[in-house]
Amino acid sequence: MNALEVDRLSIEFRTDRGVLQAVDRISFAVEPGRTLAIVGESGCGKSATALAILGLLAENAGRLGDIRLAGELLTPEAQRQARGRELAMIFQEPMTSLNPAFTAGEQVAEALRLHEGLSPRDAMARAVAMLERVRIPEAARRAKQYPHQLSGGMRQRVMIAIALACRPRLLIADEPTTALDVTVQAQILALLDELKRETGTAVVLITHDLGVVQDHADEVVVMYAGRVAERAPAARLFAEPQHPYTIGLLGAAPRLDSKRPRLASIEGTVPDLRDPPPGCRFAPRCPFAIEVCATTPPLREIAPLHFAACHRAPLA
Amino acid sequence: MSLDRPAGKVPLLELEGLVKHFPFRDSLGRRRGAVHAVDGVTLAVPRGSVLAIVGESGCGKSTLGRVALRLVEPDAGSLRFDGEDLLALRPAALRAKRREMQLIFQDPFASLDPRMTVEAAITEPLILHRLHRGRERARVAELLERVGLRPELARRWPHEFSGGQRQRIAIARALASEPRLVIGDEPVSALDVSVQAQVVNLLGDLIRDLGLTFVLISHDLGVVRQVADRVAVMYLGRIVEEAPAEQLFLTPRHPYTRALLAAVPGQGGALKLLEGDIPSPVSPPSGCRFRTRCPHAQALCAEVVPELMGDAGRESAGQAAHLTACHFQDSLPPATPIREAAADARLARLQSFFSTNREPTA
Repeated sequence: MNALEVDRLSIEFRTDRGVLQAVDRISFAVEPGRTLAIVGESGCGKSATALAILGLLAENAGRLGDIRLAGELLTPEAQRQARGRELAMIFQEPMTSLNPAFTAGEQVAEALRLHEGLSPRDAMARAVAMLERVRIPEAARRAKQYPHQLSGGMRQRVMIAIALACRPRLLIADEPTTALDVTVQAQILALLDELKRETGTAVVLITHDLGVVQDHADEVVVMYAGRVAERAPAARLFAEPQHPYTIGLLGAAPRLDSKRPRLASIEGTVPDLRDPPPGCRFAPRCPFAIEVCATTPPLREIAPLHFAACHRAPLA
Repeated sequence: MSLDRPAGKVPLLELEGLVKHFPFRDSLGRRRGAVHAVDGVTLAVPRGSVLAIVGESGCGKSTLGRVALRLVEPDAGSLRFDGEDLLALRPAALRAKRREMQLIFQDPFASLDPRMTVEAAITEPLILHRLHRGRERARVAELLERVGLRPELARRWPHEFSGGQRQRIAIARALASEPRLVIGDEPVSALDVSVQAQVVNLLGDLIRDLGLTFVLISHDLGVVRQVADRVAVMYLGRIVEEAPAEQLFLTPRHPYTRALLAAVPGQGGALKLLEGDIPSPVSPPSGCRFRTRCPHAQALCAEVVPELMGDAGRESAGQAAHLTACHFQDSLPPATPIREAAADARLARLQSFFSTNREPTA
């Protein structure tokens, strides 16, 4: 059974300047122990999707479509119940996610007391064990320290310890390493992979970094302007991308092995989602756009398990 | 390019033995130590070349950029621009000199004044340095076109623009005084990948067309690979390796450079990860500052500070200097090469349609 199923999820935000459709009928699923990456640029709807799964959308948001956790429909009440227990999260900025007034150990222990009903003493012992497990050196001493006494990488480890303390079915990681230095980022992502393998937790990894996707995802959803542009197993997506947006995005990222004569440049800017263009939302920036692109392309299966929402796919 | 400049020409920017410590005090104002932000940095930037300074947060790269323009006073060392001692200049002369040295910041939302139209923002340096008097408006239009924006946009306000457009405006403003040296402090780091590509391409064009000398301060090794001729890697206030970009990426010598390259995502998961965090710049380790995280460290590394030096054999063979500050640079095992992306003709062809305005034929 899938750990998570998202079925035709739509999200709208009511703003002073009209209704903004952040996410438009997206669907995907994640199996236990697997990582699904949602990749896209600012405003593509990836973070709104994460918040919708967690039931943490702002007051002015409306949501349509079904979200299922291990087959159970997630109502707002069910989300409240599951959050922190079966449904865990880590965010980009560990400093703002941790409570500055409690020690690292207390914050991990709180999750265990709340969700597993452990006594304060047992909870603290388990918390220290958890901090060891996320490879915090001298865990017993660090457990007594406050967030401001820890480095950025260490804080993110504490967040991971809190998130995984109750063995969740699903972990939503929204840009978990974007605020960290590259050597620390590599440590944290390797740690997440290892813990995922051990616990069978499914991971939804939200990122803008294609390199991170390439190294750590099993399956990828590429989002553009609130819709799924392409969905495929990771290896397949990088070997044979089919949606022009994915193709452009891969060409826009600089490479380490050689200097490109010029980076691929996707001209123009993302559309205003209060007034999106009709048809394919990428068409105004797409060098391959033709007349039919004025109609919305369905997400078609181009090859087994490889879907693209493009009238022109497969591109040869 | 730096390598084929006529012999005997002075580099445009020369830093020698620069030191900058930021003291911090306790609540009674007593000095309690200092952050060793820059600790003895020597660098030269030849005319028309691009030098990148890379490193992780807290390594001192941004402070070095500010010291290089004397926006921050160094505690020790010398600083020459076009052969002239910048530290000897009086304030008025320094202000005049700044016309030739400009800085571009990371965050275009913070670096543009929200109460100034684009035109006012770009005209300000023209007025300050009395350039193009009487035809400022035409010059603003030229500059906007130069950075790929329509001149009609001059009357708009910063909030009406996207991040990428604002960074173009910030670049136009930096170019207004016709600088010879531009320092970009993470100039594309706040931008989304596709917009970042546009601005990186633009910077490359400007550097080439205007013959700019450029110092790129960045933590993003991909961007550095794309733009730089020469790269200096910083760790805790010191340069640990400095080499032509190609050499640095293909044959890195310093263990830190190697670890940094291996940690860049997209290479199938890093092979050997660095343990631990960067030590505090308040009390950096003795000897080699990287030794606490270095897999090759030996007793000597804790005792003697390794000097940044080249390899005599290779340099006499006529290669540009590849400098490394490691006691064991000649006995380290060969570096694991960065993973090469497979040559993919289909992808390259499809991507070429994004690089130009060519009509797709497929």
